[in-house]
Amino acid sequence: MSTKQTLATVWLDGCSGCHMSFLDIDERLLELAVLADLVYSPLVDTKEFPEMVDITLIEGAVSSEEDYHKIKKVRAHTRLLVSLGDCAVTANVPAMRNRFSVRSVLERAYLENADLNQQIPVEVIPSLRERSVPVHQVVPVDIFIPGCPPSNDTIYYGLTELLAGRRPDFGTMTRFGA
Amino acid sequence: MKRPFKTRIKTLKIDGIDVGAREDETLLELAQENDIFIPTLCHLEGVHDIGGCRLCLVEVKGTNKLLPACMTYAEEGMEVTTNSERLQMYRRQVLDLLFSERNHVCSVCVSNGHCELQWLAGKLGISHVGVPYLYPQLSVDASHRFYIYDPNRCILCTRCVRVCDEIEGAHTWDVMGRGTDCLIISDLNQPWGTSDTCTRCGKCVQVCPTGALFHKTKAVAEMEKRRDFLPYLRTMREGRK
Amino acid sequence: MLERLEEIAATEQLFAEEFAHTVNVCMAAGCMSSQSGLIKEAFDKEIERGGVERRCRVRGTGCMGLCAAGPLVTVDSQTPDEVLYQQVKVEDVPDIINALEGQPVKRLQCSIDIPFFKRQKKIVLENSGIIDPERIEEYIARDGYSALLRAITEMSPSDVIDEIVASGLRGRGGGGYPTGLKWTTVAKSDGEVKYVICNADEGDPGAFMDRSVLESDPHRILEGMAIAGYAIGASQGYVYVRGEYPLAVARLKTAIRQARRSNMLGSGIGGTPFNFHVDIRLGAGAFVCGEETALIASIEGKRGQPRPRPPYPAEYGLWGCPTLINNVETLASVAPIVRNGGEWYAQYGTATSKGTKVFALAGGIRNTGLIEVPMGTSLRDIIYDIGGGISAMGECKAIQTGGPSGGCIPAAYLDTLVDYESLAALGSIMGSGGMIVMDESTSMVDVARYFMEFCMTESCGRCVPCRVGTVHMYNILDKFSRHEGTQDDLVLLEKLCDMVRNTSLCGLGQTAPNPVLSTLRYFRSEYMDCMIPEPDGAEIINETLEVAQ
Repeated sequence: MSTKQTLATVWLDGCSGCHMSFLDIDERLLELAVLADLVYSPLVDTKEFPEMVDITLIEGAVSSEEDYHKIKKVRAHTRLLVSLGDCAVTANVPAMRNRFSVRSVLERAYLENADLNQQIPVEVIPSLRERSVPVHQVVPVDIFIPGCPPSNDTIYYGLTELLAGRRPDFGTMTRFGA
Repeated sequence: MKRPFKTRIKTLKIDGIDVGAREDETLLELAQENDIFIPTLCHLEGVHDIGGCRLCLVEVKGTNKLLPACMTYAEEGMEVTTNSERLQMYRRQVLDLLFSERNHVCSVCVSNGHCELQWLAGKLGISHVGVPYLYPQLSVDASHRFYIYDPNRCILCTRCVRVCDEIEGAHTWDVMGRGTDCLIISDLNQPWGTSDTCTRCGKCVQVCPTGALFHKTKAVAEMEKRRDFLPYLRTMREGRK
Repeated sequence: MLERLEEIAATEQLFAEEFAHTVNVCMAAGCMSSQSGLIKEAFDKEIERGGVERRCRVRGTGCMGLCAAGPLVTVDSQTPDEVLYQQVKVEDVPDIINALEGQPVKRLQCSIDIPFFKRQKKIVLENSGIIDPERIEEYIARDGYSALLRAITEMSPSDVIDEIVASGLRGRGGGGYPTGLKWTTVAKSDGEVKYVICNADEGDPGAFMDRSVLESDPHRILEGMAIAGYAIGASQGYVYVRGEYPLAVARLKTAIRQARRSNMLGSGIGGTPFNFHVDIRLGAGAFVCGEETALIASIEGKRGQPRPRPPYPAEYGLWGCPTLINNVETLASVAPIVRNGGEWYAQYGTATSKGTKVFALAGGIRNTGLIEVPMGTSLRDIIYDIGGGISAMGECKAIQTGGPSGGCIPAAYLDTLVDYESLAALGSIMGSGGMIVMDESTSMVDVARYFMEFCMTESCGRCVPCRVGTVHMYNILDKFSRHEGTQDDLVLLEKLCDMVRNTSLCGLGQTAPNPVLSTLRYFRSEYMDCMIPEPDGAEIINETLEVAQ
């Protein structure tokens, strides 16, 4: 058994920008790799969320039924849950649909704006929940890193602090919409 | 008997610092003079105060009520605390409520990076909003030739209403409705572009703390607002009297 | 001038004695809404038809108090006791007229020998239901305007204030601020021009004291205002009445006209140099305009929004002038105090709360209506003795006092003696006098939700905590009333209560959490019963187990 800590990243309703910013840590990723194993992520090949992960970064808002069940499960198997980026923290752009009904949003996307094959998908694509909400409205969250996306430095700082067992103080490093 | 002197001078303590003040100075003015930071969103130098945002509430020894620094005048022997844990907690809650009330999406806002609400959230350490968002349905008014009014980003500080009334003298803006249904309206709730009273001076746009009022032709990077004109205008006017 | 009043009173007395019988029909809003207007017409016709105009007259009077039994009619046959008829219908009119000379109509008669009437002490309501509110002569015949004349001819302004101070009267609008102290402050404030404002913007759900006083005895308010004007040095008064009280406004207008004609208002009152004019301003339906600074803004023609105090209106009020704002009931107590002396008034009530208080009994109580009792009467006496107990089956569960700013007092505290301090100690307030009695079928969560909805929609929107905080509190209470509450919701609710109470700009926001706090204090288990049965935690544990297997 490795004594290294485990790290996971989860992609809910977001643009993947936060993951890109994470990758943007560049060569410092190697330093992180010394401290932790990335055990579950869109960036690795694991299919099942492990039984217990030390730190999980969440990108994106909770918008669909799939997101909802996924975050419930992730929370149950994570020691420290981190909301990464504005979508996870505030629901941001995904929540801009909240002023309209799910029905009218789907009609706009799949009927009015579609040139071909005008139909609302009912299979494969997970159904949308009535509202897109921040992660902490669904499960308890331990650390919040706002930003759209948070900069690579912010993420690197946050992760190294957390891996060192400290609570990061982001101060003016990041903010909503940064 | 009449007082033998015109303006009385008071001495008081703000956060332990001894401060001398004229009796017509507010605690907020005094704090600013002495480089003590008190957050505020509705206060605007040059127009009258309303004490609406409740961010500048301070503790004064001897009363258990919290007092708005912008409308509380200096008194002899006052002991003022501007930044207790309790005040910080309430201020964060006020910001929580403001963020939840309308549809503030910083990442796609034209004022991103130049917004007082966003800046204060950072300054006061708001990492997330603790209450559910309300998501009201509000439509944008882009009928004006130069400016856009987006009530989704409005915090109802009424700076625009006051500057339009008290400085420009046009009184184009006012408040309609009650409670959280309150809405800033132009004239009799008609499209801004059709307003007969608007002089297109743009003062309201310059004083708006958020992206609720903005220039049509300006990009995010250029959306910095200039409000130095206000104290200047006011001084000029008072000088003329 | 006093002689002229006595003359009017004597003429009025003679006129009344001409008739062997006087039929009084309640013409206040409660009975009017159950068609007492038609009943009065029917009496007029019946008397004409029977040819007894010479012996019998019909009058419309103000509120008789026992609104639950309306429409009410009394017959005064110049005998010691009147006959009171309840739930009178137009068809009953001939029977009542036929019974004038003989025995009363048994099936309609309501005993006046019941605690509801016997246990009250009427000072503010002394004329209610007895005089015709549309005739100044009847008010004068019952010592009306004698206090004003005495004040302006025999007393100095400070003498008047001394009497008010001695009476121990406290503001009846809810705050309980000592009235004498308020008058002293305004009298001392610098200013050539001062104003007197009567706050008749009664808005608490279930409260109708001010309306009844205005409808039943409007001259009493005018006299109180004029005395106040003399005491503080004001020559202009405003009555700010809510627009939803058309009958009260109409009667007040009539009263002002009559008082002017009788030289009891206007210039040179009673031949003295004292001038006092009264005008009416109508509210447009905003509850917050009952808050004094919002009310002043509204009179000034601005949006009715409060401003932070200090400065208080006593120093900086209407148009920047020192202004005395008193509630209807407070001003209605002034004339009797000046007439009989402060000492006399102070004999009623408790050590800290003197005099009597009018309460509007509403909700699940048998004798819905208007009562006046000395301060220090127990809640039990009010509810069970005077109020006749609970109307439905079951027991009293709680009493809501003070409207949306007040709280719910559980039945366990029924023996509390009512005064400002005792109600505050229980987490409620005296308020303006609304008393809503709730029986065992009432859900306290729903009560809290109802009042929060009221505050949410009545918030003026100026300050953030009240404007947005009430919405969140309402949403949480709504969740609870749908049995969907969670522990987190409860924590957030209590946090919001604390924040809104301590940071709001005016009394509306500062007291908006009270109904929630008091129901949480006494009925917390009801909130617990409104939570989702299976908390989220259990779900997670189950899932963990599945994975473990």
